[in-house]
Amino acid sequence: MQLVEKAKNAITNVKQDKQFANDRSKALIMAKNFLLHLFRWVVIIGMCYIILSPLIGIVSSSFFSDSDVYDKAVYIIPKEPTLDRYRLSWLRLDYVNVLLKSIWYDLSLLVLQVVITSMVGYGFARFQFPFKKVLFACVVIMIVIPTHTIMIPIYMVFRNFDPLGLVTLLNGKPISLLGSTWPMYIMTLLGCGLRSGLYIYIFNQFFRGLPKEIEEAALVDGAGPWYTYFRIMLVNAIPSVITVSIFSLVWQYNDLFFANLFVINSKASISKSITTLSGTIGNLDRIVDPTILQLYTYAGVVLVILPVIIIYVALQKYFMEGVERSGIVG
Amino acid sequence: MTKKHKLTLLQKRAVAGLLFIAPWLLGFILFYVRSIFVAVKWSMNSIELLDSGGVKLTFVGLDNYIYMLTEHGSFTQTLTRSVGDIVIDIPLIIFFSLLMAILLNQKFKGRTLIRAIFFIPVILNADAIMETINTARQLMVNGVSTVAVDTASSGVSINVDYYLAMFENIGMPAGILEYVVSAVGRINDIITRSGVQIVVFIAALQAVPSSMYEVSKIEGATAYETFWKVTFPMVTPLIITNIVYTVVDSFVNSEVVNAAYDMAFTNQKWGYSSAMSLMSTIIVCTILVVVCGLISKKTFYYN
Repeated sequence: MQLVEKAKNAITNVKQDKQFANDRSKALIMAKNFLLHLFRWVVIIGMCYIILSPLIGIVSSSFFSDSDVYDKAVYIIPKEPTLDRYRLSWLRLDYVNVLLKSIWYDLSLLVLQVVITSMVGYGFARFQFPFKKVLFACVVIMIVIPTHTIMIPIYMVFRNFDPLGLVTLLNGKPISLLGSTWPMYIMTLLGCGLRSGLYIYIFNQFFRGLPKEIEEAALVDGAGPWYTYFRIMLVNAIPSVITVSIFSLVWQYNDLFFANLFVINSKASISKSITTLSGTIGNLDRIVDPTILQLYTYAGVVLVILPVIIIYVALQKYFMEGVERSGIVG
Repeated sequence: MTKKHKLTLLQKRAVAGLLFIAPWLLGFILFYVRSIFVAVKWSMNSIELLDSGGVKLTFVGLDNYIYMLTEHGSFTQTLTRSVGDIVIDIPLIIFFSLLMAILLNQKFKGRTLIRAIFFIPVILNADAIMETINTARQLMVNGVSTVAVDTASSGVSINVDYYLAMFENIGMPAGILEYVVSAVGRINDIITRSGVQIVVFIAALQAVPSSMYEVSKIEGATAYETFWKVTFPMVTPLIITNIVYTVVDSFVNSEVVNAAYDMAFTNQKWGYSSAMSLMSTIIVCTILVVVCGLISKKTFYYN
């Protein structure tokens, strides 16, 4: 009992002690901060591990040799690293050729996307015309309605492509555009490409946030609306342009839905050719073991995602700034 | 020029505006408005594709829908499962992404790197790559789980069931417990699907004027109060945006879409497929309207 009393006294003494009060509160705050930091880092590192672990797994196992796969002692780091998986995947993917083709395809679509959607976004942001609110509601509907609702009618449109009966007039019967990349270009040109609604929305929000005085000055100086848009507004919209560009490039690169719907040749879309890679290698190179075959797929996936990762890392800083400033937030 | 042809400035601006949106308007009418009508029509017909490229329609009324709901082997199950998943996932994703946005919005070293990592799943959202990534995840988990099994045999491991039983004995409702356990089980799924939402929330947090935080500090609000009275209300408008994004995004990748796709392109049953698509779209829209209706009442709009 006496001990407890003593301890209590000691504690009250320390509490009432004015001399080190400052140090004590400082230590307390530091401890608190330290705990907060610790908590934050534990959470963040855990989450990052969950996101990155499959990537680490893919990259490391793409170097495994046949004996490493069945060696129970091998985890992450291969004993006998081999580049054979990459060699064969590179060959069967026809990597350089297909990659260049799909990058060309994605880049040309990206330019179309940026020009068309920014134009539409600008039109909605700055001009007054009848039914504007209704039409803008249509943009929102476009974002909300899942594309699969309209996939069959669109498929049919391009299966019997015949705008205004012109093709029938020239050719005798409607032509099928399936199998080529034309459907995607036409849809993007008409502002209905992959997630165009979202991009229109982003541009609209951004242009609405810009000061009107710039355009008034341009108008007074005699610039027409098109000149103003191309030479003044689009230059000011660089953050949004970068955001939309990255989204468009990456999503187009990864897109399988439209690629499958329009039966786009897998030589033109690398994301599509990766789906058939393990089958091709299995057939051509007589590899039957599914575990080994999986390693080739891993190597192929690394090859496919590498360009995306490089682009993303290079533009990451602008991208984050762009998202923050470009007014995805209303 | 006659007087009739001269437009006022306002009219000129209106014409210019219409010209600006013309490409989209054309596309919207051609691809969306028309397609929706076609889809509705087709869902009430039995369709045959002709070799010449044309189609032959036979009107069957609502038979496709009735078949879908009563006779088709798995459609109703798939539909309810997809809808159930979405309803469970919405609050989890929103809550998780808000939490992460708050964490990532603070200033610390390596913040840009971490933000970049969180956005990686959005960058790599191709189906084929996602599938491979999921199998690869198994690969890593297998490595970890063998370790877990080893510790279990030596008797140091955590027995989850024991703790669950304990919480249940305390009087926690079993429903909530199950929800939490399932949420932990889906953590992979949730993290990979909340990249865009996190970025949107971060942007929203940065848009809160700092003068508000200064005022609340001067008035003596604690961090807890500041969060609930300043930060949270300012972020609420974006919750609706994120819910819309989450619902649409998770439906695009759901089994219902795959079922409709297979029905059309593998089984060549175009009528059924249209009915499936339309039905699922109507359900998505209902979910969106209900959820947004409920939330928008509580939403605080600053302007």
